[in-house]
Amino acid sequence: MLSKSKIFFKGTVAVLPHMLSVIPFGIITGAIGVELGFDPILVYATSLIIFGGASQIIFMQLLSGGASSLVAITSVGVINSRHLLYGAVLSEYLEKLSFIKKLIISYFIVDQGFAESNKYIQQNKNLSNPHYYVLGTGVTLWFCWQLSTISGIILGSFIPEELGLKFAIPLTFLAIIVNDLRKLDHVFVMLVSGFASLILFDAPFKSYIILSPIIALIAAFIMLRLKK
Amino acid sequence: MTWISIIISGIVTYFSRMAMVALIDREMLGTKVKEVLNYVPAAVFPAIIFPGVFFNDFGIIVEITDPKIYGAIVALVVGFYSRSVIATIVSGLLSYWFIIFFLLR
Repeated sequence: MLSKSKIFFKGTVAVLPHMLSVIPFGIITGAIGVELGFDPILVYATSLIIFGGASQIIFMQLLSGGASSLVAITSVGVINSRHLLYGAVLSEYLEKLSFIKKLIISYFIVDQGFAESNKYIQQNKNLSNPHYYVLGTGVTLWFCWQLSTISGIILGSFIPEELGLKFAIPLTFLAIIVNDLRKLDHVFVMLVSGFASLILFDAPFKSYIILSPIIALIAAFIMLRLKK
Repeated sequence: MTWISIIISGIVTYFSRMAMVALIDREMLGTKVKEVLNYVPAAVFPAIIFPGVFFNDFGIIVEITDPKIYGAIVALVVGFYSRSVIATIVSGLLSYWFIIFFLLR
């Protein structure tokens, strides 16, 4: 049986490749905040308090562009609502924890951490302490995110823009789902989500980020119904 | 005012992370819902990938010759056969850089 620290460490190792996109993205987020004229402390506070890359950038861009607080908060809420889906999936593995532990672990639920945890735990169904894996991924991503936004705040965007490192973001997520391309039902759901996101891209509050998954899950539901 | 907005945004975001883990009893979810939850990664991530590849910084759809499309195809093929996260990302970035720095110069 694996010890708790070993499981945690496995989670850490699993998300390390994603640093290729997380670190540049963090640096960009910190640098953009300062460029937009926000107080450095405030920019960092978004990483600590909101802790969600894309939503932090949108939040600061909206406020500096003169949008109301309500619009900025709504956008953050809409973009980050996808975590509800991650929580629904992870709740199966976190069920037995105490309420306090659930509250703590929740703060560390992030896209890549969720995806890697879900993959690993599904392959190792009788893992004794799966929450340590979730924590290992989440805490690692948290530290890297904090450090990279701080360096972006202090040093500015020191990664040359010509490198186009923003492209690493779709690649990270592609790496997460590429294995599921072997399953036709998953491919179908992916295509529904992808095309929905292209069509809904201009919907208000960046809502394509949550509307497309909902449409894709409804499609999945219908597909399961028809299969039976 | 900005501080209050950050704190409220933080609370909203934290709630979205915590609600399903701490407040919902799994017994409340039917078997059908649980089955559909298997598709969460397939349903969420393409909505980040597709716009990231097919739209430019100004939210305009890119042309079929855009380097990002070819980078994504290379990453897809390499990822599919290697099953490695790092190989997927690196191959995508390298092929993208090869196009923008060598072929388009």
